[in-house]
Amino acid sequence: MISHQFPVLIVVTPLILSFFVNVVGWWDKRYCVPIVFVALSVSLFSAIGALEAVIKHGGPIHYHLGNWQPPWGIEYVIDYLNTPILVAIAFISILVLIFSQRSIEKELPESKIPQFYTLFLLNVTGLLGITVTGDAFNLYVLLEIASFSAYAIIGIGERGADFSAFRYVIFGTIGACAYLLGVGYLYIVTGSLNMADLHHLLPKLYYSRAVLVGMAFFLVGVGIKMGIFPFHTWMPDAYTYAPSTVSALLAPLFTKVGAYVMIRLLFTIFEPSFSIKLYPVAEILGWIAAAGIVFACVMALAQSDLKRMFCYLIVGEMGYILIGIASANRLGLTGAILHIINDMFMMACLFTVAGAIMYKTGDRNIYRFRYLHRKMPITLGVFVVGALSVVGVPPMCGFFSKWYLILGTIEAKKWILLGVLLASSLVNAILFFRVIENAYLEPRGEHAFAHDGGHPSISLDEVPWSMLIPMLMIAAGIILLGIFSGVIIKHIIQFAVPASF
Amino acid sequence: MLEQIVSRYNYWIYIILILIGFYGMMAKNNLLKKLIGMNIFQWALILYYVSIGAKKGGTVPILSEEAGSPFEHLKAIQCVNPLPHVLMLTAIVVGVATTGIALALLIIIYRRYGTLEEDEIIEELRR
Amino acid sequence: METVHSATPLLAMLASLIGAFLILFTGERNRNLREFWTLAAAVIKFGLIASMLPYILHGKIVEYTIVEVYKGLFLQFRVDTFGMIFALLASFLWIVVSLYSIGYMRDLNEHAQTRYFFCFALAIFGAVGVALAGNLLTLYMFYEILTVATFALVAHKETPEAIKAGRKYLAYLLTGAAFVLFSMAVTYYLTGTLDFKPGGFVAGHGSREILSLVFVTFMIGFGSKAAIMPIHEWLPSAMIAPTPVSALLHAVAVVKAGVFCCLRVILYVFGPKVLSDLGLWIPLAFVVSFTVIVANIIALTQDHLKRRLAFSTINNLSIIILGAALVSHDGIRGAMLHIPFHGFMKITLFMCAGAIYVKTHKEFISEMEGIGKQMPITMAAFTIGALGLTGIPPVCGFISKWYLCLGALEAKEIIFLLVFLASALLDAAYFLPIIYGAFFKKPKFVKDHFDEASFFVVFPIVITAIGSIFFGLFPDAFMHFFKLAVASAKNIMGMGV
Repeated sequence: MISHQFPVLIVVTPLILSFFVNVVGWWDKRYCVPIVFVALSVSLFSAIGALEAVIKHGGPIHYHLGNWQPPWGIEYVIDYLNTPILVAIAFISILVLIFSQRSIEKELPESKIPQFYTLFLLNVTGLLGITVTGDAFNLYVLLEIASFSAYAIIGIGERGADFSAFRYVIFGTIGACAYLLGVGYLYIVTGSLNMADLHHLLPKLYYSRAVLVGMAFFLVGVGIKMGIFPFHTWMPDAYTYAPSTVSALLAPLFTKVGAYVMIRLLFTIFEPSFSIKLYPVAEILGWIAAAGIVFACVMALAQSDLKRMFCYLIVGEMGYILIGIASANRLGLTGAILHIINDMFMMACLFTVAGAIMYKTGDRNIYRFRYLHRKMPITLGVFVVGALSVVGVPPMCGFFSKWYLILGTIEAKKWILLGVLLASSLVNAILFFRVIENAYLEPRGEHAFAHDGGHPSISLDEVPWSMLIPMLMIAAGIILLGIFSGVIIKHIIQFAVPASF
Repeated sequence: MLEQIVSRYNYWIYIILILIGFYGMMAKNNLLKKLIGMNIFQWALILYYVSIGAKKGGTVPILSEEAGSPFEHLKAIQCVNPLPHVLMLTAIVVGVATTGIALALLIIIYRRYGTLEEDEIIEELRR
Repeated sequence: METVHSATPLLAMLASLIGAFLILFTGERNRNLREFWTLAAAVIKFGLIASMLPYILHGKIVEYTIVEVYKGLFLQFRVDTFGMIFALLASFLWIVVSLYSIGYMRDLNEHAQTRYFFCFALAIFGAVGVALAGNLLTLYMFYEILTVATFALVAHKETPEAIKAGRKYLAYLLTGAAFVLFSMAVTYYLTGTLDFKPGGFVAGHGSREILSLVFVTFMIGFGSKAAIMPIHEWLPSAMIAPTPVSALLHAVAVVKAGVFCCLRVILYVFGPKVLSDLGLWIPLAFVVSFTVIVANIIALTQDHLKRRLAFSTINNLSIIILGAALVSHDGIRGAMLHIPFHGFMKITLFMCAGAIYVKTHKEFISEMEGIGKQMPITMAAFTIGALGLTGIPPVCGFISKWYLCLGALEAKEIIFLLVFLASALLDAAYFLPIIYGAFFKKPKFVKDHFDEASFFVVFPIVITAIGSIFFGLFPDAFMHFFKLAVASAKNIMGMGV
């Protein structure tokens, strides 16, 4: 039955079709986007099918690659934790694809478009694969697939992109190698690479120093990929100078998948008690998170480039997720997982808006946004939805994940983390209202034109519909995710949190 | 203490190589040297993995049912572990691909800025 | 108490939400159609809310759950007697102020009118949402929507001053919201629910210290919107907004929402019994009494008419909170009555100030001498409003102040009775000179000759002024404010004390 194949379809379809994109694109460029669209639709459909199967089955579904039994073979596991993330990745990548058609025309020479879409598809393949796999080494492979394509498509951006991409290569490789070292250490002591198997084998070995060092390497590696402070330094440059579509694809998805890997690491490979009772891993993460959020807020305030500001925002959001993990209780972890999904949508919203503004005006300096609301009212409307979500105004989704994070810190009595959460919401408000003010209000001299009945017309100059529709759908998604967050939590996330909490 | 070092020489070698690679990546100004450092870093890792599969007196993991061949009645414990070798094949490929991308980027950077020195490039970008 | 499940609250909310977007899409192309949407939405909203009145008066509650967010947390509308008071006030006055806005905006040929009407509709959406909310979470959601929607209204003029005022507004209110969020989270953590109950629901769920801390943070949070001193500074600065904005939002909707939330916390989250046990009502009463007196003293020194009215509003808001803080039957009645009555009177005063500005471009009281002869209707309405605020019958202000004083006596604290009386005296001291100057002094420049403002501007003023007298004579007629207030007080005090 095809439903059994869902876990592997999600990854294999884009992987194979990416090859076809390159070949077919060489023959006729217009077929690139449809092929990518088909590939991602199959993934989305499989992801949704898998979601239904997981809910119906009440537990994880396994797929053994090549029919080899784990732990000797590689298996793909879809359980309550990764199934909503899979759906979100597939959905957002389709929307970004539709968005990219016009946006990439302006920023890339035409001959490179098939290659671009090949890399696009490979990137999404890697991300989906990371989320689906149940094998630690397989995760490394897919992580590198995603990273390569990321390095390459970042490098084709504007001035400064190639250098930032190179730096990202160096940094990212350190991260991936650190991850590999972690896997290596665990392999030495247990002889297994399968995540569930490691979960069974490791507890007897928790006293071992090799395991501890392995954990440390893991954290460094995943931290670099996730972009948490102080490993975030590659992010601002890389995402700012990359083409708009590329940032819109990578920023929401790549770092959140890193966060997902972190949760897998701490709660599936290692038992929660390792990170909480045995070694103060969760606590250390909490302090790093707090420092990171403060740093991110300060840096974001100093930026005048819209995309750079968003990049520092990502660092802050990753900090939130870590706070949820650091609270080490059911509420906090629920908030963290919900925040992964919510943040995907929020960042997708913000970065597509930045892309739209770039498409129309070619300028991302927020102090030059005057009259933007006359030219691009719908884009700015979407921006307001995203902004309110990041600040935490209900009914946008951002509020609900913040709510759980706050409850989590209260229950864990971590008052400093709570204070950081609340204070950063206010700083976010300043950040966004600064932009909104510049874009919506048109400062004039005292009493100058207050009664002149309005400006001479600056006409509507919106981005084309193929860019607007994805943005509107993401904005709608933000609101719907917020209103129905209770449903999502009750049916899915509740079971994703380890039972020991 | 000396015994510790000598008996685990593979670990010490890999640590030293990684540190050399790391030094290259961080401290060197020239981008190509950074890339070489990155390569050393990755290959050290690969060496490490391969070395942990080795066994004293271990033999090739080939099974044979031919009577009289040295591989008859071979028990798993006598074989060298092949899995790290396999994993590292993948890692080598990954390393090669990364190097390829990095070199492509370096070509573009050189064409655009005419130099591969990091500080000069940053200076150029700032203008 | 019987609960009726009905979608009417949701429909009422949708009326203004859909109206807002219709306004946005109609835009400047067809002004009359756009104004029609505003008025239609206002009338429909008021009608829907009023339709729930019979149920409420019979002691039932109208409830509608949108969705369950988590165990024990809902997005839910629950309309009870207290919520009804505020909802009726906000939706009725929206109709009135919409008429006024149309006149004001067209007379002055203001810019960005579409944005104005859009944000107005959203603001009322938020305010009525606050009124109809059945628990703290829903309340917080609409509270935030209200803050965000009114930002563009405060900064409407887009002068550097206005933008600064807008920023100040956001700074105060969003910081307050952060405090509220914290208090809300702790409350949910302690009690497992956020639903309002007459008489409170936190009793016995936490230590004295924690409950006191949460109460204080709640009061700081909502107090910023209710303009308690010293977090009141945004309100006088916000007077830079166009007068209809000041009129509805800052005399009625925004600050009343703040006061409403404060009362919800005092009476429906904590409750009289808990407050007496913790001994919290005395410090609260003293803090707001300070505001009452000091605000009135500052009002005396203001020459800018709208600023004087702003400080008068601050004074009245704290009077309402004081009434509730006195945890007595009559105090609660008086406080709840003062919400709508003050709303009517204050809006009259603000609209008069706006009418004067439209016609004469005068903003300072010292310039307004002799205006009474030229704009008699406007100034007559002003007089009615001013007399009412001072507490002189037959204007409705007398009734609410009467009950407030009774409440002070019931609580056996003479000092607060003195506070009420002193405040009334100060009211007289700064209102009467305006009226005297307007009617009995000669204008400085004899050549100036003004007419009354246009019909759309004057007619609403007349409605609210007559309303103020009408409610003074028949406090229970039409919207049954009196019965609602009495019922609320009974429900609150019935449980516990």
